Amino acid sequence: MEHNSNKINRRDSLKWMGVASLAGITWACDTQETTETAQEEHQHATDDSLKLSEADQKLMNQQFFTDEEMKTIRVLSDIIIPADDRSGSATDAGVPEFIEFMMKDQPRHQTGMRGGLHWLNVQCNKQFGKPFPDCSEEEQTNMLDQIAYPEMARPEMSVGVNFFNNFRDFVATGFFTSKMGIEDLGYQGNRATVWQGSPQEVLDKLNVSYDMVKEYKFVN
Amino acid sequence: MQIKENGTEYDVCVVGSGAGGGMAAKVLTEAGAKVVMLEAGPTFNSAEGDMFKWPYQSPRRGASTHRPFGEFDAAYGGWEIDGEPYTTVSGTEFDWFRSRMLGGRTNHWGRISLRFGPKDFQRRSVDGLGDNWPITYEDIKPYYDKVDRLVGVFGVNFPKELGLDNEPDGIFLPPPKPRAYELMVKKACDPMGIPVLPSRLSILTQPHNGRAACHYCSQCNRGCSTYSNFSSPPVLITPAQNTGNLTLITNAMAREVLTNEEGLATGVSYVNKEDGLDYTVKAKVVVLAASSCETARLMLNSKSSRHPNGLGNSSGMVGKYLMDSTGASYAGLFPQLTDRFRYNEDGIGGMHMYVPWWIDNMKAKLDFPRGYHIEIYGGMGMPGYGFGGGIHRYNTWFKNGQTSNGGGGYGKQLKEDYRYYYGSMVGFSGRGEPVAREDNYCEIDPNQLDQWGIPVLRFHYKWSDYEVKQAKHMVDTFEEIIHEMGGKPLWQKPGADTDYGLLAPGRIIHEVGVARMGKDPKKAPVNEYCQSYDCKNLFVADGASFVTNADKNPTWTILALSMRTAEYIVDQRKKANI
Repeated sequence: MEHNSNKINRRDSLKWMGVASLAGITWACDTQETTETAQEEHQHATDDSLKLSEADQKLMNQQFFTDEEMKTIRVLSDIIIPADDRSGSATDAGVPEFIEFMMKDQPRHQTGMRGGLHWLNVQCNKQFGKPFPDCSEEEQTNMLDQIAYPEMARPEMSVGVNFFNNFRDFVATGFFTSKMGIEDLGYQGNRATVWQGSPQEVLDKLNVSYDMVKEYKFVN
Repeated sequence: MQIKENGTEYDVCVVGSGAGGGMAAKVLTEAGAKVVMLEAGPTFNSAEGDMFKWPYQSPRRGASTHRPFGEFDAAYGGWEIDGEPYTTVSGTEFDWFRSRMLGGRTNHWGRISLRFGPKDFQRRSVDGLGDNWPITYEDIKPYYDKVDRLVGVFGVNFPKELGLDNEPDGIFLPPPKPRAYELMVKKACDPMGIPVLPSRLSILTQPHNGRAACHYCSQCNRGCSTYSNFSSPPVLITPAQNTGNLTLITNAMAREVLTNEEGLATGVSYVNKEDGLDYTVKAKVVVLAASSCETARLMLNSKSSRHPNGLGNSSGMVGKYLMDSTGASYAGLFPQLTDRFRYNEDGIGGMHMYVPWWIDNMKAKLDFPRGYHIEIYGGMGMPGYGFGGGIHRYNTWFKNGQTSNGGGGYGKQLKEDYRYYYGSMVGFSGRGEPVAREDNYCEIDPNQLDQWGIPVLRFHYKWSDYEVKQAKHMVDTFEEIIHEMGGKPLWQKPGADTDYGLLAPGRIIHEVGVARMGKDPKKAPVNEYCQSYDCKNLFVADGASFVTNADKNPTWTILALSMRTAEYIVDQRKKANI
């Protein structure tokens, strides 16, 4: 079955590619293509590239986080979802750019996110004498262990816990809605098919069977 | 301001293009009537919708920034629309969802297509509350049959021994097989006496009337590129257009129904949203199907010396007896559904199994009079915005004490957890019947206009104890099912302080009532054919005429009633009665 809903016009695509390479985003194409020809080939090869409306393009062109803040976001994102043998890391999947976009798309998140990053640096300064990105891996882990486990955290860390819960959620959505994340998860759908029921091994494992509904006539 | 008049006099002007307006237009044009249809939003073709779009094709990954059900949902509009406000009387609440587009809310709805049953039309006779409809199930059954045949709906007739005599048989396409987790629900519910049965949705499991069968992408709410589910434009409006008798005017926001000295409707005035100018169309008959509350708003805003309280409102009942379905939900995680074998579990865009209301409230001496049905959700769906949210609340569960630090965390173990819990949730939503009350109403707010200068609606709506107790029964039942299935509820069960999770009125988007049908013109604005008692060439064809809002989604009944009303209009025109 042919479906045309995912087509995007060439100009939009090139506009996006330009922004993407500036921002170091890798979610629209696997490798950083630099020539227009290569981009066009890529465009022809895929039908699921990013589509930006004019309004979204405007948001993309604005910058909310400072370079320093983005640095912290990158480090944090990859600590939360690192690369492993199945897939890449959060930054490989474009999570920091997704978070940046959402701040502009839903400005209600701005204060909490910026405040949380600030709080994290203040805490690290207090405990280790330097902001979070400059801390050693050991110091970063030490800091995060104080806020990453809500039930274990000390009461005075509650704002940090809330920030980290929120940040973790952003990273998870950003990663698992990326192409890499969806492949990692093993989601098999979003395609034309014929539903014929759940596989036998799935039914067996759950101790159910289609005999339970044998009085009804199903399609397929 | 100059008002532009269209010189043509149409046979019928239909306001609204959703289920009610679309059906009326189809029946009327096929009978040869010249029909003009006014739609307040732009045109829409679901073949050009966002079906098959991946979240990563949008920088917001499908977030609901601009649309309440997510970026890829088909509905243009929502509970708030810029420039088109409404108000609520303090201490009451009603959230009014509007979908300004060709086809209205049929473009994104859940396609749950349930006939009202015999008892639903005679509730007062059953429990002494509210009023009976002036019609019976037998009066409307032939129209349900025709709707089934025309539109297409899958399902099964339930075995008689189940005693579900308020769940009528239909003319069904075969349903899809249940998903594995839906069989888990059935297994748990069987010993509890809760019937889990194949659902009934207007999604084609076989080719039907020239439309292709479903391709099982599970994205019905985005609009279907092959028209394999029901929405008004391809199923009703295109056939109406093919007769050559339909004039469709989009971006036309109806302002009022025009009347003459005798008090009869002569047409409709509307504002063209593109040029901001006012226009009128003339018609011999006016059919309002603008969505129940918008229909009431039009009637109330159409005041004249002959109709000082608004058109068709000598009873004072226009706007009264507003109803939305009740709604409460609860969900759990299930250890047997962790670390799942991956396969394409999308299926149709909704549940394959559901639970119709299974208890006789009177016999069982329940402390609430009306029932609800249960919708089941879960599965390994396409990840979307919000995926993985709140994992710190549960990622210690079902791991045999292997996690020492409690929930939350980061790193490789956390990444593994997202995979582990994917598809392990199953949830339940109750959708129930409220008791109609005169003091749940909408009226014209004397102090506020929308951007087109049209007075807006003010709502006054409160749930009663009946609905609150029903919600308690819902969440208690869902909790039992979750435990019976061996799972763990995902959040604390809502208690009395939150009315047991009962959602605000309007949230289920089943607004009906406000111009109800009845035998007594003093108590009801329209008769059993949805014809105004005060203005015989004015009809309503959406949910406005409903006397009760059964524990079934209203669309199938809107379609059947609209068909019946349109056939009546054809008949009355032939007899020169209108």
